[in-house]
Amino acid sequence: MTPEKKGWKEIPLAGVCWVPSTEYKTGDWSANKPVWNTEKCVRCMLCHIYCPDGAIKYDPETNDMIFDYNFCKGCGICANECPTDAIEMVIKGKE
Amino acid sequence: MAKIEQKTMPLNGDAAVAYAVKQCDVDVVAAYPITPQTIIVEKFSEYVANGEVETAFVCVESEHSAMTCCLTASATGARTFTATASAGLALMHEMLGVTSGCRAPVVMSVVNRALSAPINIHCDHSDSMAARDLGWIQIYAENSQEAYDSIIQAFRIAENPEIMLPTMVGLDGFVLSHTLENVNVLPTEVVKKFVGTRNIPLVMNHKGEMVPFKLDPETPLTIGPLDLYDYYFEHKRQQEEAMRRAVKVIKQVHDEYAEQSGRSYGNGLVEPYRLDDAEIATVCIGSTAGTVKTIVDELRENGIKAGLLKLRVFRPLPAQDIISCLSGKKAIAVMDRACSFGGNGGPMFHEIRHVLYDLPNKPPLVNYIYGLGGRDTPPYMIDSIYRDLQKIAETGQIKDKVQFIGLRE
Repeated sequence: MTPEKKGWKEIPLAGVCWVPSTEYKTGDWSANKPVWNTEKCVRCMLCHIYCPDGAIKYDPETNDMIFDYNFCKGCGICANECPTDAIEMVIKGKE
Repeated sequence: MAKIEQKTMPLNGDAAVAYAVKQCDVDVVAAYPITPQTIIVEKFSEYVANGEVETAFVCVESEHSAMTCCLTASATGARTFTATASAGLALMHEMLGVTSGCRAPVVMSVVNRALSAPINIHCDHSDSMAARDLGWIQIYAENSQEAYDSIIQAFRIAENPEIMLPTMVGLDGFVLSHTLENVNVLPTEVVKKFVGTRNIPLVMNHKGEMVPFKLDPETPLTIGPLDLYDYYFEHKRQQEEAMRRAVKVIKQVHDEYAEQSGRSYGNGLVEPYRLDDAEIATVCIGSTAGTVKTIVDELRENGIKAGLLKLRVFRPLPAQDIISCLSGKKAIAVMDRACSFGGNGGPMFHEIRHVLYDLPNKPPLVNYIYGLGGRDTPPYMIDSIYRDLQKIAETGQIKDKVQFIGLRE
Protein backbone atom coordinates (compact mmCIF):
# COMPACT_ATOMS: atom_id res chain seq x y z
CA MET A 1 0.00 0.00 0.00
CA THR A 2 1.14 3.57 -0.71
CA PRO A 3 2.74 4.62 2.58
CA GLU A 4 1.65 8.24 2.92
CA LYS A 5 -2.13 8.58 2.99
CA LYS A 6 -3.96 11.83 2.36
CA GLY A 7 -7.03 13.19 4.14
CA TRP A 8 -10.48 13.65 2.56
CA LYS A 9 -9.92 17.37 1.99
CA GLU A 10 -6.77 16.77 -0.06
CA ILE A 11 -7.85 14.09 -2.55
CA PRO A 12 -9.76 14.62 -5.82
CA LEU A 13 -13.48 13.84 -5.89
CA ALA A 14 -15.13 10.68 -7.28
CA GLY A 15 -12.10 8.44 -6.71
CA VAL A 16 -10.16 10.13 -9.51
CA CYS A 17 -6.61 8.71 -9.46
CA TRP A 18 -4.02 11.40 -8.73
CA VAL A 19 -1.09 9.00 -9.05
CA PRO A 20 -0.41 6.31 -11.69
CA SER A 21 -1.54 2.82 -10.66
CA THR A 22 2.13 1.75 -10.39
CA GLU A 23 2.43 4.04 -7.37
CA TYR A 24 -0.26 2.07 -5.61
CA LYS A 25 1.55 -0.80 -3.94
CA THR A 26 -0.53 -3.95 -3.64
CA GLY A 27 2.16 -6.30 -2.35
CA ASP A 28 0.87 -6.23 1.20
CA TRP A 29 -2.30 -8.07 0.11
CA SER A 30 -0.27 -11.27 -0.11
CA ALA A 31 -0.11 -14.00 2.52
CA ASN A 32 2.63 -16.05 0.78
CA LYS A 33 5.76 -14.98 -1.03
CA PRO A 34 7.89 -16.73 -3.63
CA VAL A 35 11.49 -17.53 -2.68
CA TRP A 36 13.85 -18.02 -5.63
CA ASN A 37 16.62 -20.63 -5.79
CA THR A 38 19.35 -19.41 -8.15
CA GLU A 39 21.03 -22.86 -8.29
CA LYS A 40 17.93 -24.68 -9.56
CA CYS A 41 16.79 -21.90 -11.93
CA VAL A 42 17.54 -22.35 -15.67
CA ARG A 43 16.31 -18.79 -16.60
CA CYS A 44 13.57 -20.12 -18.86
CA MET A 45 11.51 -16.96 -17.99
CA LEU A 46 8.23 -18.87 -17.67
CA CYS A 47 7.67 -17.23 -14.27
CA HIS A 48 8.09 -13.78 -15.88
CA ILE A 49 5.59 -14.68 -18.62
CA TYR A 50 2.99 -16.19 -16.30
CA CYS A 51 3.09 -13.59 -13.50
CA PRO A 52 -0.32 -11.84 -13.67
CA ASP A 53 1.05 -8.77 -11.91
CA GLY A 54 4.24 -8.24 -13.95
CA ALA A 55 6.10 -8.56 -10.67
CA ILE A 56 8.96 -10.78 -11.94
CA LYS A 57 11.73 -9.31 -14.08
CA TYR A 58 15.06 -10.61 -15.40
CA ASP A 59 18.23 -8.59 -14.91
CA PRO A 60 20.69 -9.52 -17.73
CA GLU A 61 23.60 -7.81 -15.98
CA THR A 62 23.44 -9.97 -12.87
CA ASN A 63 21.63 -12.91 -14.52
CA ASP A 64 19.06 -12.73 -11.66
CA MET A 65 15.29 -13.09 -11.58
CA ILE A 66 14.02 -10.07 -9.63
CA PHE A 67 10.80 -10.47 -7.63
CA ASP A 68 9.03 -7.17 -6.90
CA TYR A 69 7.35 -7.71 -3.55
CA ASN A 70 5.62 -4.31 -3.82
CA PHE A 71 3.28 -5.90 -6.36
CA CYS A 72 3.52 -9.70 -5.89
CA LYS A 73 0.18 -10.89 -4.47
CA GLY A 74 1.54 -14.31 -3.60
CA CYS A 75 -0.70 -16.26 -5.98
CA GLY A 76 1.94 -18.96 -6.55
CA ILE A 77 1.45 -19.29 -10.31
CA CYS A 78 5.23 -18.82 -10.80
CA ALA A 79 6.03 -21.67 -8.42
CA ASN A 80 3.39 -23.86 -10.04
CA GLU A 81 4.71 -23.26 -13.55
CA CYS A 82 8.44 -23.47 -12.76
CA PRO A 83 9.76 -26.61 -14.55
CA THR A 84 12.76 -26.99 -12.20
CA ASP A 85 11.03 -26.25 -8.84
CA ALA A 86 13.28 -23.23 -8.39
CA ILE A 87 10.49 -21.19 -6.72
CA GLU A 88 9.09 -22.08 -3.32
CA MET A 89 6.04 -20.37 -1.82
CA VAL A 90 6.50 -19.62 1.87
CA ILE A 91 4.22 -18.02 4.41
CA LYS A 92 5.17 -14.40 4.91
CA GLY A 93 7.09 -13.90 8.12
CA LYS A 94 8.19 -17.53 8.17
CA GLU A 95 10.64 -17.34 5.28
CA MET B 1 -44.27 40.90 -8.85
CA ALA B 2 -42.66 39.03 -11.68
CA LYS B 3 -40.24 41.20 -13.59
CA ILE B 4 -40.22 39.01 -16.66
CA GLU B 5 -43.31 38.47 -18.76
CA GLN B 6 -44.37 34.85 -18.52
CA LYS B 7 -46.69 32.64 -20.49
CA THR B 8 -49.44 30.69 -18.75
CA MET B 9 -49.74 27.19 -20.13
CA PRO B 10 -52.23 24.45 -19.26
CA LEU B 11 -49.85 21.68 -18.18
CA ASN B 12 -50.07 18.59 -16.05
CA GLY B 13 -47.10 17.85 -13.78
CA ASP B 14 -45.38 15.57 -16.26
CA ALA B 15 -45.78 18.00 -19.15
CA ALA B 16 -44.48 20.82 -16.93
CA VAL B 17 -41.36 18.77 -16.20
CA ALA B 18 -40.84 17.94 -19.89
CA TYR B 19 -41.25 21.62 -20.80
CA ALA B 20 -38.70 22.68 -18.18
CA VAL B 21 -36.20 20.12 -19.46
CA LYS B 22 -36.80 21.36 -23.00
CA GLN B 23 -35.80 24.86 -21.89
CA CYS B 24 -32.68 23.76 -19.99
CA ASP B 25 -30.57 22.89 -23.04
CA VAL B 26 -30.00 19.28 -21.99
CA ASP B 27 -27.44 17.27 -23.99
CA VAL B 28 -28.56 13.72 -23.23
CA VAL B 29 -31.85 12.24 -22.05
CA ALA B 30 -31.98 8.48 -21.50
CA ALA B 31 -35.27 7.22 -20.15
CA TYR B 32 -37.62 4.28 -20.01
CA PRO B 33 -41.35 4.94 -19.75
CA ILE B 34 -43.20 3.88 -16.60
CA THR B 35 -46.57 4.98 -15.23
CA PRO B 36 -47.11 7.70 -14.05
CA GLN B 37 -43.95 9.23 -15.52
CA THR B 38 -44.74 8.20 -19.13
CA ILE B 39 -45.96 11.61 -20.26
CA ILE B 40 -42.53 13.12 -19.56
CA VAL B 41 -40.83 10.62 -21.88
CA GLU B 42 -43.57 10.93 -24.53
CA LYS B 43 -43.55 14.73 -24.50
CA PHE B 44 -39.80 14.93 -24.60
CA SER B 45 -39.54 12.43 -27.48
CA GLU B 46 -41.94 14.69 -29.38
CA TYR B 47 -39.63 17.65 -28.84
CA VAL B 48 -36.74 15.54 -30.14
CA ALA B 49 -38.72 14.24 -33.14
CA ASN B 50 -39.87 17.77 -34.02
CA GLY B 51 -36.32 19.10 -33.84
CA GLU B 52 -37.33 21.49 -31.05
CA VAL B 53 -34.32 20.44 -28.93
CA GLU B 54 -30.74 19.47 -29.69
CA THR B 55 -30.82 16.63 -27.18
CA ALA B 56 -29.58 13.10 -27.86
CA PHE B 57 -32.48 10.89 -26.74
CA VAL B 58 -31.46 7.35 -25.88
CA CYS B 59 -34.21 4.72 -25.84
CA VAL B 60 -32.81 2.31 -23.28
CA GLU B 61 -34.04 -1.17 -22.39
CA SER B 62 -34.44 -0.59 -18.66
CA GLU B 63 -34.12 1.97 -15.91
CA HIS B 64 -30.82 0.43 -14.82
CA SER B 65 -29.55 1.24 -18.29
CA ALA B 66 -31.19 4.68 -18.25
CA MET B 67 -29.25 5.68 -15.16
CA THR B 68 -26.03 4.08 -16.45
CA CYS B 69 -26.39 6.00 -19.71
CA CYS B 70 -27.00 9.28 -17.88
CA LEU B 71 -24.06 8.68 -15.54
CA THR B 72 -21.61 7.97 -18.36
CA ALA B 73 -22.86 10.83 -20.52
CA SER B 74 -22.62 13.13 -17.51
CA ALA B 75 -19.06 11.94 -16.88
CA THR B 76 -18.08 13.32 -20.31
CA GLY B 77 -19.36 16.74 -19.26
CA ALA B 78 -22.84 16.48 -20.80
CA ARG B 79 -25.94 17.86 -19.11
CA THR B 80 -28.23 14.87 -18.56
CA PHE B 81 -31.77 14.18 -17.45
CA THR B 82 -33.95 11.16 -16.85
CA ALA B 83 -37.32 10.44 -15.27
CA THR B 84 -38.76 7.43 -13.52
CA ALA B 85 -41.16 6.15 -10.87
CA SER B 86 -41.66 3.32 -8.41
CA ALA B 87 -40.25 0.03 -9.76
CA GLY B 88 -38.13 1.99 -12.23
CA LEU B 89 -36.37 3.82 -9.41
CA ALA B 90 -35.98 0.53 -7.57
CA LEU B 91 -34.33 -1.02 -10.63
CA MET B 92 -31.95 1.96 -10.77
CA HIS B 93 -30.97 1.47 -7.14
CA GLU B 94 -27.44 0.21 -7.81
CA MET B 95 -26.70 2.95 -10.34
CA LEU B 96 -28.09 5.71 -8.08
CA GLY B 97 -25.19 5.04 -5.71
CA VAL B 98 -22.68 4.77 -8.55
CA THR B 99 -23.91 8.07 -10.02
CA SER B 100 -23.59 10.00 -6.77
CA GLY B 101 -20.27 8.30 -5.99
CA CYS B 102 -18.94 9.37 -9.40
CA ARG B 103 -20.25 12.87 -8.60
CA ALA B 104 -22.25 12.99 -11.83
CA PRO B 105 -24.79 15.84 -11.61
CA VAL B 106 -27.65 13.98 -13.30
CA VAL B 107 -31.10 15.52 -12.81
CA MET B 108 -34.06 13.17 -12.52
CA SER B 109 -37.74 13.62 -11.89
CA VAL B 110 -39.31 10.90 -9.79
CA VAL B 111 -43.06 10.75 -10.25
CA ASN B 112 -43.80 9.28 -6.87
CA ARG B 113 -45.65 5.98 -7.00
CA ALA B 114 -46.12 3.08 -4.61
CA LEU B 115 -43.76 0.11 -4.72
CA SER B 116 -45.03 -3.38 -5.51
CA ALA B 117 -46.29 -5.85 -4.29
CA PRO B 118 -49.29 -5.82 -4.51
CA ILE B 119 -48.88 -3.86 -7.70
CA ASN B 120 -50.18 -0.31 -7.52
CA ILE B 121 -49.68 2.61 -9.89
CA HIS B 122 -50.82 5.41 -7.58
CA CYS B 123 -49.06 7.90 -5.38
CA ASP B 124 -47.04 7.42 -2.27
CA HIS B 125 -43.44 8.21 -1.41
CA SER B 126 -42.14 4.71 -0.78
CA ASP B 127 -40.04 4.79 -3.97
CA SER B 128 -37.94 7.87 -3.34
CA MET B 129 -37.85 7.41 0.44
CA ALA B 130 -36.15 4.06 -0.18
CA ALA B 131 -33.49 5.99 -2.12
CA ARG B 132 -32.87 8.66 0.49
CA ASP B 133 -29.46 7.36 1.59
CA LEU B 134 -27.90 7.07 -1.86
CA GLY B 135 -26.29 10.50 -2.05
CA TRP B 136 -28.93 12.25 -4.15
CA ILE B 137 -30.34 15.66 -3.37
CA GLN B 138 -34.12 15.30 -2.98
CA ILE B 139 -36.61 18.08 -3.72
CA TYR B 140 -40.38 17.50 -3.49
CA ALA B 141 -42.92 19.62 -5.38
CA GLU B 142 -46.32 20.65 -4.05
CA ASN B 143 -47.83 21.42 -7.46
CA SER B 144 -46.95 21.37 -11.15
CA GLN B 145 -45.71 24.95 -11.00
CA GLU B 146 -43.22 24.00 -8.33
CA ALA B 147 -42.22 20.90 -10.32
CA TYR B 148 -41.42 23.13 -13.31
CA ASP B 149 -39.51 25.64 -11.18
CA SER B 150 -37.64 22.92 -9.27
CA ILE B 151 -36.37 21.14 -12.40
CA ILE B 152 -34.79 24.38 -13.64
CA GLN B 153 -33.23 25.01 -10.24
CA ALA B 154 -32.06 21.39 -9.97
CA PHE B 155 -29.60 21.73 -12.86
CA ARG B 156 -27.99 24.76 -11.23
CA ILE B 157 -27.77 23.02 -7.85
CA ALA B 158 -26.48 19.66 -9.13
CA GLU B 159 -23.90 21.15 -11.50
CA ASN B 160 -22.49 23.67 -9.01
CA PRO B 161 -18.74 22.79 -8.87
CA GLU B 162 -18.92 22.89 -5.07
CA ILE B 163 -21.75 20.34 -5.07
CA MET B 164 -21.55 17.92 -8.03
CA LEU B 165 -24.34 15.72 -6.74
CA PRO B 166 -27.21 14.15 -8.68
CA THR B 167 -30.58 15.67 -7.85
CA MET B 168 -34.06 14.22 -7.94
CA VAL B 169 -37.27 16.21 -8.05
CA GLY B 170 -40.28 14.32 -6.71
CA LEU B 171 -43.82 15.03 -7.84
CA ASP B 172 -46.85 13.08 -6.71
CA GLY B 173 -48.04 10.48 -9.21
CA PHE B 174 -51.44 11.26 -10.80
CA VAL B 175 -52.24 13.92 -8.17
CA LEU B 176 -49.77 16.16 -10.01
CA SER B 177 -48.50 14.14 -12.96
CA HIS B 178 -51.88 13.75 -14.65
CA THR B 179 -53.74 16.81 -13.36
CA LEU B 180 -54.00 19.89 -15.53
CA GLU B 181 -52.91 23.13 -13.91
CA ASN B 182 -52.11 26.65 -15.06
CA VAL B 183 -48.34 26.78 -15.09
CA ASN B 184 -46.45 30.03 -15.66
CA VAL B 185 -43.37 29.44 -17.75
CA LEU B 186 -40.39 31.70 -18.25
CA PRO B 187 -39.18 32.55 -21.76
CA THR B 188 -36.72 29.89 -22.96
CA GLU B 189 -33.85 32.35 -23.34
CA VAL B 190 -34.29 33.40 -19.70
CA VAL B 191 -34.18 29.77 -18.54
CA LYS B 192 -31.14 29.04 -20.73
CA LYS B 193 -29.33 32.01 -19.29
CA PHE B 194 -30.32 31.02 -15.75
CA VAL B 195 -29.01 27.45 -16.02
CA GLY B 196 -26.02 28.45 -18.19
CA THR B 197 -23.56 25.89 -19.46
CA ARG B 198 -22.03 23.23 -17.24
CA ASN B 199 -19.22 24.60 -15.15
CA ILE B 200 -16.67 21.77 -14.94
CA PRO B 201 -14.34 21.84 -11.91
CA LEU B 202 -10.65 20.91 -12.17
CA VAL B 203 -9.20 17.76 -10.60
CA MET B 204 -5.71 16.33 -10.29
CA ASN B 205 -5.11 13.49 -12.71
CA HIS B 206 -2.66 10.57 -12.44
CA LYS B 207 0.13 12.76 -13.84
CA GLY B 208 -0.40 15.30 -11.09
CA GLU B 209 -1.87 17.83 -13.57
CA MET B 210 -5.03 19.83 -12.95
CA VAL B 211 -7.50 18.88 -15.70
CA PRO B 212 -11.26 19.32 -16.20
CA PHE B 213 -13.30 16.70 -14.31
CA LYS B 214 -14.68 14.94 -17.39
CA LEU B 215 -13.81 11.97 -19.56
CA ASP B 216 -11.86 13.35 -22.49
CA PRO B 217 -9.24 11.52 -24.62
CA GLU B 218 -7.10 14.67 -24.60
CA THR B 219 -6.85 14.65 -20.81
CA PRO B 220 -7.37 11.06 -19.65
CA LEU B 221 -8.89 10.44 -16.21
CA THR B 222 -10.01 7.48 -14.16
CA ILE B 223 -13.33 8.07 -12.35
CA GLY B 224 -14.72 5.77 -9.66
CA PRO B 225 -12.15 2.93 -9.69
CA LEU B 226 -11.42 0.30 -7.02
CA ASP B 227 -11.25 2.05 -3.68
CA LEU B 228 -10.57 -0.03 -0.61
CA TYR B 229 -10.29 0.44 3.14
CA ASP B 230 -7.56 3.03 2.62
CA TYR B 231 -9.56 5.69 0.69
CA TYR B 232 -13.26 4.72 0.28
CA PHE B 233 -14.13 6.28 3.64
CA GLU B 234 -12.52 9.60 2.60
CA HIS B 235 -14.52 9.67 -0.63
CA LYS B 236 -17.79 9.08 1.25
CA ARG B 237 -16.90 11.94 3.60
CA GLN B 238 -16.51 14.18 0.55
CA GLN B 239 -20.06 13.31 -0.54
CA GLU B 240 -21.34 14.21 2.92
CA GLU B 241 -19.50 17.53 2.69
CA ALA B 242 -21.08 18.27 -0.69
CA MET B 243 -24.51 17.61 0.86
CA ARG B 244 -23.77 20.04 3.67
CA ARG B 245 -22.65 22.68 1.18
CA ALA B 246 -25.84 22.08 -0.82
CA VAL B 247 -27.94 23.58 2.01
CA LYS B 248 -26.55 27.02 1.17
CA VAL B 249 -26.48 26.56 -2.59
CA ILE B 250 -30.13 25.40 -2.78
CA LYS B 251 -31.16 28.60 -0.98
CA GLN B 252 -29.00 30.79 -3.23
CA VAL B 253 -30.33 29.22 -6.43
CA HIS B 254 -33.90 29.44 -5.11
CA ASP B 255 -33.51 33.14 -4.26
CA GLU B 256 -31.94 33.99 -7.59
CA TYR B 257 -34.75 32.16 -9.41
CA ALA B 258 -37.37 33.85 -7.23
CA GLU B 259 -36.00 37.24 -8.19
CA GLN B 260 -36.47 36.47 -11.88
CA SER B 261 -39.69 34.48 -11.78
CA GLY B 262 -41.46 36.15 -8.88
CA ARG B 263 -42.11 32.72 -7.37
CA SER B 264 -40.63 31.53 -4.10
CA TYR B 265 -41.11 28.53 -1.83
CA GLY B 266 -40.17 29.58 1.68
CA ASN B 267 -36.39 29.83 1.79
CA GLY B 268 -36.01 27.09 -0.81
CA LEU B 269 -35.49 24.38 1.79
CA VAL B 270 -38.61 24.65 3.94
CA GLU B 271 -41.82 26.52 3.37
CA PRO B 272 -43.55 27.44 6.62
CA TYR B 273 -47.22 28.32 6.24
CA ARG B 274 -48.83 30.48 8.95
CA LEU B 275 -46.37 28.88 11.30
CA ASP B 276 -44.84 31.81 13.20
CA ASP B 277 -47.51 32.14 15.86
CA ALA B 278 -48.94 28.64 15.40
CA GLU B 279 -49.39 26.45 18.46
CA ILE B 280 -50.10 23.23 16.59
CA ALA B 281 -48.46 22.22 13.32
CA THR B 282 -48.12 19.47 10.78
CA VAL B 283 -45.06 18.62 8.72
CA CYS B 284 -45.44 17.16 5.26
CA ILE B 285 -44.01 17.01 1.74
CA GLY B 286 -45.53 16.98 -1.73
CA SER B 287 -49.02 17.74 -2.95
CA THR B 288 -50.71 17.11 0.42
CA ALA B 289 -49.22 20.42 1.59
CA GLY B 290 -51.76 22.13 -0.66
CA THR B 291 -54.68 20.46 1.10
CA VAL B 292 -53.15 21.19 4.48
CA LYS B 293 -52.86 24.91 3.66
CA THR B 294 -56.62 25.03 2.97
CA ILE B 295 -57.37 23.42 6.31
CA VAL B 296 -54.96 25.71 8.12
CA ASP B 297 -56.84 28.69 6.64
CA GLU B 298 -60.17 27.25 7.82
CA LEU B 299 -58.87 26.57 11.30
CA ARG B 300 -57.40 30.07 11.50
CA GLU B 301 -60.81 31.51 10.61
CA ASN B 302 -62.13 29.68 13.66
CA GLY B 303 -59.43 31.12 15.87
CA ILE B 304 -57.31 27.99 16.03
CA LYS B 305 -53.60 28.71 15.79
CA ALA B 306 -52.68 26.08 13.25
CA GLY B 307 -49.68 26.05 10.93
CA LEU B 308 -47.78 23.91 8.44
CA LEU B 309 -44.13 23.19 7.79
CA LYS B 310 -43.73 22.01 4.22
CA LEU B 311 -40.41 20.35 3.65
CA ARG B 312 -39.33 21.15 0.13
CA VAL B 313 -35.91 19.57 0.42
CA PHE B 314 -35.47 16.25 2.22
CA ARG B 315 -31.81 15.66 1.28
CA PRO B 316 -29.87 17.51 2.54
CA LEU B 317 -32.18 17.65 5.55
CA PRO B 318 -32.55 21.33 6.54
CA ALA B 319 -32.03 20.61 10.22
CA GLN B 320 -31.52 24.20 11.39
CA ASP B 321 -34.67 25.40 9.63
CA ILE B 322 -36.71 22.55 11.10
CA ILE B 323 -35.51 23.43 14.59
CA SER B 324 -36.20 27.14 14.24
CA CYS B 325 -39.62 26.56 12.65
CA LEU B 326 -40.88 23.98 15.12
CA SER B 327 -39.40 25.00 18.44
CA GLY B 328 -41.99 26.20 20.94
CA LYS B 329 -44.94 24.45 19.27
CA LYS B 330 -47.38 22.74 21.61
CA ALA B 331 -47.99 19.69 19.41
CA ILE B 332 -46.68 18.55 16.04
CA ALA B 333 -47.86 15.87 13.62
CA VAL B 334 -45.48 14.50 10.98
CA MET B 335 -47.27 13.12 7.94
CA ASP B 336 -45.57 10.26 6.14
CA ARG B 337 -46.71 8.96 2.78
CA ALA B 338 -44.41 5.96 3.16
CA CYS B 339 -43.94 3.16 5.64
CA SER B 340 -40.65 2.19 7.20
CA PHE B 341 -41.73 -1.29 8.16
CA GLY B 342 -40.73 -2.08 11.72
CA GLY B 343 -39.14 1.34 12.09
CA ASN B 344 -41.52 2.81 14.69
CA GLY B 345 -42.94 5.37 12.29
CA GLY B 346 -42.35 6.69 8.80
CA PRO B 347 -39.06 8.05 7.45
CA MET B 348 -40.07 11.73 7.83
CA PHE B 349 -41.06 11.09 11.44
CA HIS B 350 -37.66 9.59 12.21
CA GLU B 351 -35.85 12.56 10.79
CA ILE B 352 -37.98 15.35 12.27
CA ARG B 353 -37.85 13.60 15.62
CA HIS B 354 -34.08 13.20 15.56
CA VAL B 355 -33.60 16.87 14.66
CA LEU B 356 -35.88 18.03 17.51
CA TYR B 357 -34.03 15.88 20.03
CA ASP B 358 -31.57 18.76 20.45
CA LEU B 359 -34.29 21.11 21.76
CA PRO B 360 -34.35 21.64 25.51
CA ASN B 361 -38.17 21.67 25.52
CA LYS B 362 -39.14 18.96 23.10
CA PRO B 363 -42.61 19.46 21.62
CA PRO B 364 -44.98 16.47 21.67
CA LEU B 365 -44.62 14.76 18.30
CA VAL B 366 -46.91 12.26 16.61
CA ASN B 367 -46.79 10.47 13.27
CA TYR B 368 -49.57 9.85 10.76
CA ILE B 369 -48.94 7.43 7.95
CA TYR B 370 -51.39 8.27 5.19
CA GLY B 371 -52.26 7.89 1.53
CA LEU B 372 -50.38 4.68 0.75
CA GLY B 373 -51.01 3.39 -2.76
CA GLY B 374 -52.89 6.56 -3.69
CA ARG B 375 -55.46 6.36 -0.86
CA ASP B 376 -57.32 9.67 -0.95
CA THR B 377 -56.38 12.27 1.65
CA PRO B 378 -59.46 14.51 1.84
CA PRO B 379 -59.58 17.78 3.82
CA TYR B 380 -61.62 16.27 6.70
CA MET B 381 -58.78 13.82 7.34
CA ILE B 382 -56.27 16.66 7.72
CA ASP B 383 -58.81 18.46 9.91
CA SER B 384 -59.03 15.45 12.22
CA ILE B 385 -55.23 15.48 12.61
CA TYR B 386 -55.38 19.09 13.83
CA ARG B 387 -58.24 18.14 16.21
CA ASP B 388 -56.00 15.43 17.65
CA LEU B 389 -53.17 17.94 17.97
CA GLN B 390 -55.44 20.32 19.88
CA LYS B 391 -56.17 17.58 22.41
CA ILE B 392 -52.47 16.73 22.73
CA ALA B 393 -51.62 20.42 23.18
CA GLU B 394 -54.28 20.74 25.91
CA THR B 395 -53.52 17.57 27.85
CA GLY B 396 -49.91 16.86 26.94
CA GLN B 397 -50.99 13.24 26.54
CA ILE B 398 -50.17 11.16 23.45
CA LYS B 399 -52.27 8.03 23.02
CA ASP B 400 -50.74 6.59 19.87
CA LYS B 401 -47.42 7.92 18.71
CA VAL B 402 -47.72 6.34 15.27
CA GLN B 403 -51.11 6.15 13.61
CA PHE B 404 -52.38 5.03 10.24
CA ILE B 405 -54.95 7.50 8.99
CA GLY B 406 -57.53 6.69 6.32
CA LEU B 407 -57.07 2.98 6.99
CA ARG B 408 -59.96 0.59 7.63
CA GLU B 409 -59.57 -1.47 10.81
